[in-house]
Amino acid sequence: MKKIASAICVSGVLAFCAGAVQAADDVGGRNLAAACAACHGTNGHAVPGMAAMAGMDKTYIVKVMQEFKTGKRPATLMHQIAKGYSDDQIALIADYYSKQK
Amino acid sequence: MERREFIKLASATAALAAIPGCASVGGGKSIGRVVVVGGGYAGATAAKYVRMWGPDIEVTLVERNTDFVSCPLSNLVLSGGKSIKDLTVSYNKLGSKYGVKVINDEVTAIDAAKRTVTLARGTALSYDRLIVAPGIDFMYDTIPGLSNAAAQENVLHAWKAGPQTVALRKQLEAMPDGGVFAISIPKAPFRCPPGPYERACLVAAYLSKHKPKSKVLILDANEEVVAKKGLFTKAWKDLYPGMVEYRANSELVDVDVKTLTAKLQFEDVKANVLNVIPPQRAGKIAAGAGLITANNRWCGVDYLTFESVAHKNIHVLGDAILAAPKMPKSGHVANQHAKVCAAAVVALMHGEAVYAAPVIANTCYSFVNETQAVHVSAIYKYDTAGKTMASVPDSGGLSSAATDIEGMYAEGWAQNIWADMLG
Ligand code: HEC
Repeated sequence: MKKIASAICVSGVLAFCAGAVQAADDVGGRNLAAACAACHGTNGHAVPGMAAMAGMDKTYIVKVMQEFKTGKRPATLMHQIAKGYSDDQIALIADYYSKQK
Repeated sequence: MERREFIKLASATAALAAIPGCASVGGGKSIGRVVVVGGGYAGATAAKYVRMWGPDIEVTLVERNTDFVSCPLSNLVLSGGKSIKDLTVSYNKLGSKYGVKVINDEVTAIDAAKRTVTLARGTALSYDRLIVAPGIDFMYDTIPGLSNAAAQENVLHAWKAGPQTVALRKQLEAMPDGGVFAISIPKAPFRCPPGPYERACLVAAYLSKHKPKSKVLILDANEEVVAKKGLFTKAWKDLYPGMVEYRANSELVDVDVKTLTAKLQFEDVKANVLNVIPPQRAGKIAAGAGLITANNRWCGVDYLTFESVAHKNIHVLGDAILAAPKMPKSGHVANQHAKVCAAAVVALMHGEAVYAAPVIANTCYSFVNETQAVHVSAIYKYDTAGKTMASVPDSGGLSSAATDIEGMYAEGWAQNIWADMLG
């Protein structure tokens, strides 16, 4: 039902209803991901200068964030950001961005 | 489409039709109106995100300037690396892409009981929820010599990007080699904590190239450099040896505009260009509306919704709020307030639960010269017990050193956050 409802909403016919039917996890993912959007673009659609996350593979985002957290992946900043998020929160964010077109 | 799916889809459609607000779909009628006062980092972001997340909500943004001009990066106008045009973004896409009604006017009064705002030129607007993002006002009453408009044109703040920034650059251009540029910093909290120290760097960058015998004198009311202390101190020493002098505990008491003298408690300091960043409080409209609840300066809010603690249905964002401990008054934080608030406003207007576990970030980039930058970052999450936003332990931090790559990321940050609010 959740899937179908969101399918209807993105179809445009009932786009105005999206807010009414979104499940809690989707809202959580959306809200958490919005914090990243200041740098990575609204819904992950970055303009040049930062990496775009829209449509990025979910497992890739989770893996990279873990590598930032542990320091395995070199970074100027993202290691400090990644440490602010739990694994569950990262999974929600990754799920949200992977679904953006 | 499979038959089974079709049936589900049909029943879902029927179910949705029963939800209030959805009945209005074909006609596009709205479930209510949000008015946003102020189109800076907080207000513009809030206007866009309320429309994006609540397309059945009407949003009107009232902004007194015709275009957005960014304070972050505006110190590069002083060094000569950027012009105001580079920092200017149009409000047009808020209308064309997101359906925000943008009104170029100024809100002169808020009536919380009647839920209306009065405009300087246009007719009054009514709202279901009001988002007030008024930025800061300068407390010139604390500096008697700067109490009149003529004095304020000679001793500039340049702490709101625009004409003052350009005028300060002109003063620097007119300054003789061997002159003194003095910058006065108020006691924290103030807008953009690293900003004054970045300004010292970028003015020094200009002077060391064009007027190398000159001095940059920092008169700081605080006990020490408020932000990125180690990084700035290193930049002054390494990049501008002998040029930048830092004086702590040097609170400005008054100014003699005629002689460009900064009067401190125990001494007078004469300058060739005197740049005074006055103490600040929430933008004027907040005081008029009774939204100021702390120290006669800042607006108290509930951090889950950013609803004012003084008035229902009025939310306050950005530099104007009484910030949680260690949360700076930055453009980035304002952008983050706006999204927490937008999600809450959309939920409340749909009769849904407010998201109870917001996590937000801050990042402030500062340039130490024309190409190299440093950052400070932090992550805050809602603390249910303290009803505040608290730093997540072990997260956030500082640059290890000033680098060109962070200079590029600082540009990337600016382009992306401007697009996130206005594009
Ligand atoms: C202040 C700007 C900023 C914010 C906020 C930010 N990022 Fe980043 N992000 C960067 C920068 C800069 C890099 C490049 C790596 C580095 O030097 O830190 C990056 C890189 C990344 C990458 C690697 C992209 C690739 O394939 O190379 C991912 C994934 C990522 N960020 C995810 C996130 C997520 C998720 C959030 C929110 C929780 C976030 N970022 C918030 C600036 C930011």
